[in-house]
Amino acid sequence: MKKIAWILAPAALAAVAIAGCAALPAGGGADLDRETQQMLLTGFHDQGIAKMDRITDVDDGVKACNAADVAGKPLDDATARRIEETNLKAVKWPSDGRFLGDWKKGEAIAQSGRGQTWTDDAKSPAGGNCYNCHQISRQEISFGTLGPSLYNYGKLRGVTDPDSAASKPIVEYTWGKIWNAKAYNACSNMPRSGHMGNLNEQQVRDLMALLLDPQSPVNH
Amino acid sequence: MRTIHLLAGLALAGVAAGAWAQKNATEAAIDEYRAMLADGNPAELTEAKGEDLWQQKRGPKNASLEACDLGKGPGVVKGAFVELPRYFADTGKVQDLETRLVTCMERLQGFNGAEILKTPWGKGEKVNVDALATYVAGQSRGMAIRVPQDKPMEREYYEVGRRLFFTRGGTHDFSCATCHGQDGKRIRLQDLPNLTKNPGDNSGFPAWPAYRVSTGDVWTMQHRLNDCFRQQRFPEPNYGADALTALSVYLGVNANGAKSTAPALKR
Repeated sequence: MKKIAWILAPAALAAVAIAGCAALPAGGGADLDRETQQMLLTGFHDQGIAKMDRITDVDDGVKACNAADVAGKPLDDATARRIEETNLKAVKWPSDGRFLGDWKKGEAIAQSGRGQTWTDDAKSPAGGNCYNCHQISRQEISFGTLGPSLYNYGKLRGVTDPDSAASKPIVEYTWGKIWNAKAYNACSNMPRSGHMGNLNEQQVRDLMALLLDPQSPVNH
Repeated sequence: MRTIHLLAGLALAGVAAGAWAQKNATEAAIDEYRAMLADGNPAELTEAKGEDLWQQKRGPKNASLEACDLGKGPGVVKGAFVELPRYFADTGKVQDLETRLVTCMERLQGFNGAEILKTPWGKGEKVNVDALATYVAGQSRGMAIRVPQDKPMEREYYEVGRRLFFTRGGTHDFSCATCHGQDGKRIRLQDLPNLTKNPGDNSGFPAWPAYRVSTGDVWTMQHRLNDCFRQQRFPEPNYGADALTALSVYLGVNANGAKSTAPALKR
């Protein structure tokens, strides 16, 4: 009875019914992982711009982070480094070498939580969702706390001239972090805004200005 | 007035304190609004409608739902909500409140269950399932959640639900845990319950179905989860999918011991 073949085909309905009076699958975690995948595949459908590939085409780094969460243990260092390296290699740097745009536009992008849901239109630009999780400018008091405060982001890091050689490392890091947060933290809660196509290059430039332009309200 | 003084007094204390005061002012206003509605939560209208539907002879078989077994025997409504989802031998499945109600509507009243599952929110018999779920939940108001883990399949669903909870995906790499895996966090000014711990707080699982002030209608647990997945940028879950039941088992077992507030009043 314990050796139920843990089939995950339509015929599995019968097996699942039997499981109601049997023990947990003999295969333990691996079988439960397969059953979870099966429930994801059969339990969701394409809706608007949100297609099934969003749960079927998930990259190996994300899968490793999911598995680590289920196990209740952080990733081992080597795996974490490998995921970060892969993501860092995938960062697309600004095509014209310009890292900063317009902080006013950046503020509007940071405010917007729109985009990429099944009720959103593919043509309307997505927002950055930034204030959902971060404090950013001092003026906006409706901010989330899932991420650290970014108030005075550039100022605290000594950025007085974003174009200077001295500022280069922090400017590049900030671009990389917005473009692909998992380049620096394998299982970061932060979306990979550029990498996943949520924000385009110009939108990232504008967010960069919000954080690093000395004229931005973030820095004074 | 007090709020203005409070804000002025804290102005020098910095932005964090300012945000705290603002949140407090907002919260206070919402709490006041909730208190005003407390004696007349609009969900009570939905409850009354659900009670009526429960007793009425309806459907192709012209039968009431009074013989429906929600887990505590045919016709027993009181206390059923706090023990769902659970395993049902007659279907061989773990079912949540809504899928169980659809089973009863199909078997006792002759409705087409598959058709109900495919019906959009706010339409046809789906609206009646919402009302019935609200009525059934209301009959367990104040009782402690005790979602069972006696049957192997119930334990299996908990484990699958736990895995689903930690599944990142979509364009933003969000999982349920991204927002609901830590204490004391919020999105904008909205507090986020940590849904990974027992007994957990009763603003999560034990609150749904709930009347939502922002949308002006009652949302069931399936509806709440559906909109979570929308915001998670996932494809849409099928109403009644095993995945949603498994998630509910995980959330429900974690909530065990918390007092049911359903049908609650939500922002």
